[in-house]
Order: sequence, then C-alpha cells, then structure tokens
Amino acid sequence: MRNVVLPAIAVTLLSFGFTASSAHADAAKLTDPQIAHIAYTAGVLDIKAAKLALKKTKNPDVKTFAQDMVRDHTSVNDQALALLKKLNVTPEDNDTSKSLTKGADQERAKLAKLKGAAFDKAYAENEVAYHKTVDGALENTLIPSTSNAELKDLLSTGLKIFQGHEKHAEEVVANLK
Amino acid sequence: MHKPFLKLIVLGMSVIILAAAAKPAAAAETIRIETKSIAFTPAKVSAHVGDTVEWTNDDFVAHTATASNGDWNIALPVHGKGSTVLKKAGKITYICKFHPNMTGEIDVR
Repeated sequence: MRNVVLPAIAVTLLSFGFTASSAHADAAKLTDPQIAHIAYTAGVLDIKAAKLALKKTKNPDVKTFAQDMVRDHTSVNDQALALLKKLNVTPEDNDTSKSLTKGADQERAKLAKLKGAAFDKAYAENEVAYHKTVDGALENTLIPSTSNAELKDLLSTGLKIFQGHEKHAEEVVANLK
Repeated sequence: MHKPFLKLIVLGMSVIILAAAAKPAAAAETIRIETKSIAFTPAKVSAHVGDTVEWTNDDFVAHTATASNGDWNIALPVHGKGSTVLKKAGKITYICKFHPNMTGEIDVR
C-alpha cells in the first residue's frame, strides 16, 4: 500500500511542469492568483486527508499528527486568504489545482477502504510523500514564480511549516514500524 | 608571638570562608527566545542553573519547546508565551514537536 497518493500527485505535478529542471521554462505560465489557488488547494486536500484519518485511526501518534495538519493548514490558509484580500487578488482555479483535487479525491477513496494498522501506515506514508512533492513544487516552481513579495514571503513560511510536517510524518512512519 | 599569629590566621581564614558563604549567588536571569519564521531565535543560548527561559511565539502557527531528554515540553500557542526554570547544568537540545525541523540548544552552566 506504499505511496498510494504519491503517483497521482507526482503525475499531476509533473504533467504541469513541476520539476526542478523545467521550473524556469514553465514559471511564466503561472500567475500569482493561480499559484495562490494551487497552494490553498494543496492545504485543503491535506486537511481532508487528516479529517479522514481522525475518523479512522486509533493510533495516538497518527491522531496527533492529523490534528496538527488540520490546525496548521487551516492557519496557513487563513493567512493566505487574509493576504489575498488585502492585495485584492482573487485565487484563480486552474488545471493544476483541478488535477491535484481529482488525484487526491481518488486516493482518499482508496485510503477510506483501509482499516487499522494498514490505514495508519498508508496514511502516514502518503503524508511523507505528499509533503515531499508539495514542498518540492513550492521550492522549485511556485515560490520562484511568485511576483508579489508578500505572497512569496507567506509561501516561504508555509514551505518551512510543511517541511516540518514532512519530518514529523517521517517520524510517525518510523514509529509505526 | 606564636599563638596570636595562629589566631590571626584562623581569623583570616574564617573571614574568607564567611565572605565566600555570604557572597550572593548570581541573580537568576530570564533568557528570551522567539519563534520567528518557523525558527527558534536565537537558536543557541547560554544560561545558568536557576535561570528562566521564556519563549515567545511570533508565528501564526502553534509551536512547542520540547526537550530532547524529556525534561520539559512547553506549549507555545500562537502569539503566546511559555517558560521553564533550568534546574541542572549541561547542554539541552530541544525541538518543536509539531515542526521538528525547528531546533534549539541551551548550554546550562
């Protein structure tokens, strides 16, 4: 069950040029309203996965991690919405956001069929993979492509938070073994 | 001349011992650390036993200051504070358990 979500997300991101090597070539295609929408969507999708975990898990480490994800991604998204309002920018839906959502919805349906330790393992491993992919996309493509300095700052802070989640998720995976 | 001289030495030593005993210990200080942009700032501090370390969270997400040796686990709510009194000497490393990429060190002397 390893990396259930990763292939879908990776394919999604790769298909829209989310690789370090193509970052510059594709950077011009993404606008700030689109970047904001992608980052916001990535947060919403992780909150949905966490809420599923909170319904299903009995493992205290997984539960704590999922609670952290809901709390932190809600905080980051609230900050993002406040900033966008201040900047008078409306997030713009786009193909990357749509594919991210579609891929995550499908994978969440797969996770929903698992139970107990199998669910915990798949969820935690997917959280590592998901954060790795999103962090890579933020670092290599989204942040370098962002024009507005305040949005760039917020995404950079978000990246540090999500890198923390990546490490935390790795610890949860290690403790499940 | 011998006895008074001995008395003088004893008296002198007593004064030294009393002075040492009466010397007030260095006043306990409060060392302030901020969490800023998802980092403990400063990341490394020196302190003395009896000092208080106080963390202020300037970030928009909650943090913790969690000692690696399990001695303390301090909640740092958004824009909140938390503190601990350092009880023993030695180097203590700590992390934020929500964001373990945040690390800090206190050298307690």
